[in-house]
Amino acid sequence: MKKLDISIQDLSKIEGHADLDVKVRGGKVKKVNIKFTDNKRFFTQAIKKRNISTLPQSVARICGTCSIAHTMCCIEAIENALGVKNTEQTRLLKKLTMYGLMIRDHALHIYLFSLPDVYDKDSVLDFTGKEMELLKDSFDIKRAGNKLTTVIAGRAVHAPYPMVGGYSNTPKVDEIKDCIKELKKARKRLFPVLDVYYNTKIDYERETHFVGMVNDEFNFLDGDVASSDGLRIEEKDYFHYLDKTVLPYSQAVGYKFGHDTYMVGALARLNLNKDALHAKTKKDGAKYLKVFPSNNIFHNNLAQGIEILHAIDHSLEILENTKFKDEKPIEPKLKESEGVGVIEAPRGILFYRLSLDKEGNVKEGNIVTPTQQNQVNIELDIKKLVQENLDKMTKDEIEYNIEKLIRAYDPCISCATHFLKVNWDTK
Amino acid sequence: MEKKLKIGWFSFSCCEDSSIVFTELLNDHFEEWFKVLDFQYVRILKKNNKLEGLDVAFIEGAIASRKEASKLKKIRENCKKLVAIGSCAVNAMPSAQRNLFDPEREKEIEFLIEKFHMAKKVKKLEDVVKVDDKVPGCPMDEDKFLELVGKYLKEFKIK
Repeated sequence: MKKLDISIQDLSKIEGHADLDVKVRGGKVKKVNIKFTDNKRFFTQAIKKRNISTLPQSVARICGTCSIAHTMCCIEAIENALGVKNTEQTRLLKKLTMYGLMIRDHALHIYLFSLPDVYDKDSVLDFTGKEMELLKDSFDIKRAGNKLTTVIAGRAVHAPYPMVGGYSNTPKVDEIKDCIKELKKARKRLFPVLDVYYNTKIDYERETHFVGMVNDEFNFLDGDVASSDGLRIEEKDYFHYLDKTVLPYSQAVGYKFGHDTYMVGALARLNLNKDALHAKTKKDGAKYLKVFPSNNIFHNNLAQGIEILHAIDHSLEILENTKFKDEKPIEPKLKESEGVGVIEAPRGILFYRLSLDKEGNVKEGNIVTPTQQNQVNIELDIKKLVQENLDKMTKDEIEYNIEKLIRAYDPCISCATHFLKVNWDTK
Repeated sequence: MEKKLKIGWFSFSCCEDSSIVFTELLNDHFEEWFKVLDFQYVRILKKNNKLEGLDVAFIEGAIASRKEASKLKKIRENCKKLVAIGSCAVNAMPSAQRNLFDPEREKEIEFLIEKFHMAKKVKKLEDVVKVDDKVPGCPMDEDKFLELVGKYLKEFKIK
């Protein structure tokens, strides 16, 4: 095909709203614009003057599916600003909160959004037979993730228990027993979908940079930021490496790492740090782990599945070996300060930088979300996919494959369009 | 084939927390709903959606642009009942937080409001169309939602 115009409105089976324009002239892809069309809700402005007592709950409303990640990253930034050290129990509760999020959020994506693509069906609503069994597996897995976050953090969406300095609730013994039971059931039901994604071969590769946090237990909360070309930086310095890219057609800005486009998310984490996964995950997932490192974005689905397994395994270890006691959150001492929070949200690195006044009110805030960081990389992948298939596929087939590729990234548009205004005075 | 309740699920300006709750409700209600609900327009679950002839449209999110208002009116024309889902649809907050910005912050966002053709003020659904029922909460109150599904199944005589 020498000339082609593709315009996809309101992509389906993703979180939020996005359109896509592709222009091909003279057999060359001239333009790929993915437009995040959710209206901005101006959170960066809205959090100004807000007190830290309500801030973690306020930012949860940036995104329904990643709400817990926003709450946890915001708390980390405040705690770093005010020098609050967590107790060992709070550290464990934070890990469990993140694991519950990963289980539920990843399962939503790999089953309800991406699995229909494997079977060339429009929706899980069209599933029958073996496919329907997989869908039923997803319900048990998502339920277990929900249960874990509800017991530990109060609710799976906009969790109320995590706060600066600790948790406002202690999980009860009976609740933990229920959680363990559900997580064990979910673990058994996970392997069929791992096999499906492992056996689904999609011939696509593009070299890019992968960026993610690395630590020795793959806990989504701690560690330095590493890149696939060997760079390792402290989380507080992360923002200095980001290069903002204004995309005039999108309600979100994009980012480059240094001058390079990059990918964050489960695939990046597996590429950079798979040795740190839980021992049981490495044992039972050995076959799947051989796939990584990978330059194939479609392996992001398998990577998310493996992260569910890891989240279950480490949660079970913590829940079976911990006696939680009542503990009051540590009261922070307010002061004029600045703090950075960096965590691994389901879709990749989430960054918060907060400047506080002496009353604990926000003077300035800066938030960088995973999908913003992936936006330029998504466009480059689409460009390659279209270019390689111009003479092999029909327009409809190209469109369908573009949609599959975008879904493999698991973009979260609500996060990406919260509105970011980067005017940070570092003097 | 047994008659099913033809439903639509839509989202406007919001964090889509109620959409997430909706997908989580499938964990426990899928088999029962699959028999009685026709998921005619649910973009979060399918690509091929049909707007015409809906029995009930469940709508989350606030209305932040003329384009959204126009789409909402089109949904209203194509459904028999329209339900506002979650806080942003019911009372516009927190998506309408910019309505309360001080002049300094208003000025900061002014160029973006113009660039992306956004409305001056964010509205709740009821400010734009007739709303038949409301499910409040941030995210939506699950029990109230389930109660409403039951109510409409009866009202539309779905067995």
